[in-house]
Amino acid sequence: MDLTTSITGFVALYIFMLAAFTGYEIIGRVPAILHTPLMSGSNFVHGIVVVGAIYALMNATTPLEQGIGFVGVLFGAANAGGGYVVTERMLEMFKPTDKKKA
Amino acid sequence: MNPHVIIDASYFAAAFLFIYGLKRMSSPVTARSGIVVAGWGMAVATLASFLYYFGVPAEVKPHLTVNIILAAVALAIGLAWAWRSGKTVPMTAMPQMVAIYNGLGGGAAALIAAVELLGAHANGYVELVVTIVGALIGSISFSGSVIAWAKLDGRINKTWRIKGQQVMNATVMLIALAIGAWIIFGMQGHAPALLVIGFFAAALVFGVLMTMPIGGADMPVVISLYNAFTGLAVGMEGFVLQNPALMIAGMVVGSAGTLLTLLMAKAMNRSVSNVIFSNFGVVGDEGQGEIKGSLKPAEAGDAAVQMRYASKVIIAPGYGLAVAQAQHKLYEFVKLLQEHGVEVKFAIHPVAGRMPGHMNVLLAEAGVPYDIIYDLEDINGEFATADVAVVVGANDTVNPAARTNKSSPIYGMPILNVDQAKQVYVIKRGQGKGYSGVENELFYKDNCNLVYGDAQKVMVAMIQAVKSLEG
Repeated sequence: MDLTTSITGFVALYIFMLAAFTGYEIIGRVPAILHTPLMSGSNFVHGIVVVGAIYALMNATTPLEQGIGFVGVLFGAANAGGGYVVTERMLEMFKPTDKKKA
Repeated sequence: MNPHVIIDASYFAAAFLFIYGLKRMSSPVTARSGIVVAGWGMAVATLASFLYYFGVPAEVKPHLTVNIILAAVALAIGLAWAWRSGKTVPMTAMPQMVAIYNGLGGGAAALIAAVELLGAHANGYVELVVTIVGALIGSISFSGSVIAWAKLDGRINKTWRIKGQQVMNATVMLIALAIGAWIIFGMQGHAPALLVIGFFAAALVFGVLMTMPIGGADMPVVISLYNAFTGLAVGMEGFVLQNPALMIAGMVVGSAGTLLTLLMAKAMNRSVSNVIFSNFGVVGDEGQGEIKGSLKPAEAGDAAVQMRYASKVIIAPGYGLAVAQAQHKLYEFVKLLQEHGVEVKFAIHPVAGRMPGHMNVLLAEAGVPYDIIYDLEDINGEFATADVAVVVGANDTVNPAARTNKSSPIYGMPILNVDQAKQVYVIKRGQGKGYSGVENELFYKDNCNLVYGDAQKVMVAMIQAVKSLEG
């Protein structure tokens, strides 16, 4: 079974367009109190770049490529990890008046 | 089963979890679970990407063991460092921490592009253009974010401005674009390493030059802009790598980040281009009109007693509150007032703190429930009915000059109408000016008294004053 297809030209444009509207719609209705955590949360989401860096490093054939790929994975991992931790820390603190859980 | 099917399925799952997670993050009730959902998406995608092991071309096979070990080590170090720094960073330093994580993401996207360019992997003009543009944006985001971090962290204090700066910035940008165009159209992607390095150097320098002149209050907008930049760069490199997870996640963040940037700039009544190209606070110093009235100091205890017998108190906190680490004491005082039947509300200016929503985070840290915290639009009509308005560690966000004084650098910015309350108390450390360096007319008004002192000590004195009434 081969499900792999290549993403070219207009297919890529469709993906980009739909993703752009999705991002716009999600943020558009957010109350200001969540702007900081959300910026941090979206910062975490683009940490997915680590996956691309892993791919680049896996396919490296020269020491130069390996070196660049290594730093790329390092940076990407720091982006994803750090983004997650600070976002989670911030959101954990938001609680309503009625402290049922506490 | 074909490992690529598993990889593709995981990416699909990740894309879904990211969007669903972000959606949940957009309401305070579900926000906490949102980041966890998105976190699972990230974990699934990252683990699945190791399955590339089974699909590499023959010429990579001899290097594969080394590559896998390098990837695992880099992942471990990156995660460990980020986990540690993220857990220990104080809430007041959150903006610069977000900036540095974001910059690293942009750097990673630029490095992916570097591998593609150096190995001449990309072919065809479309792919090359996307690679180059992504590399440019990612590099600017990286070096710009590092400068933003250094500025917010107090490592670079001067606002660095020289004559003809915009000409210089434009020149550097043109050099980067020219080299990029040469790599694409002159060499069809087969560029010598030196040229690629030159391209990245120009892009990185531009990021530094672009960020250096931007001062204080505008920094959050810039960080948000770089967040959007990194998203776009990730999306573009995702296209080059034929990776839909990167494309979707990157583009969602790219557009969400752009919108967030516009919202922030709007809240400060500044356009994004204004933030980037104009020098805040340079003009307008001469035009400051005379201020009538005098500064009237007040004792913390007297202020506290008046609030104890008021029926409605609105508190407008600013970054100074968090610097003094007084938010816990403030909330203790608020609870005391609430016990005596006083209606207390918090009024948050969109740019209170160091980025929009930062103050909400700082108050949440002290345990203040989010449903007594109000945004500017929701609370501004209520100041007229408040007996007492308290300004703690805020300045520019309550300066009436923004409404009246056209020569003021903050003219036009919406402000909290604290001056409409019957009585205003301003708790501040000394007679200094605000972050923007503008004199505040509010402090001279007849209904305004100033309580000087460290916010935390003032709060302790206020708590004692109310408690001592009980005898």
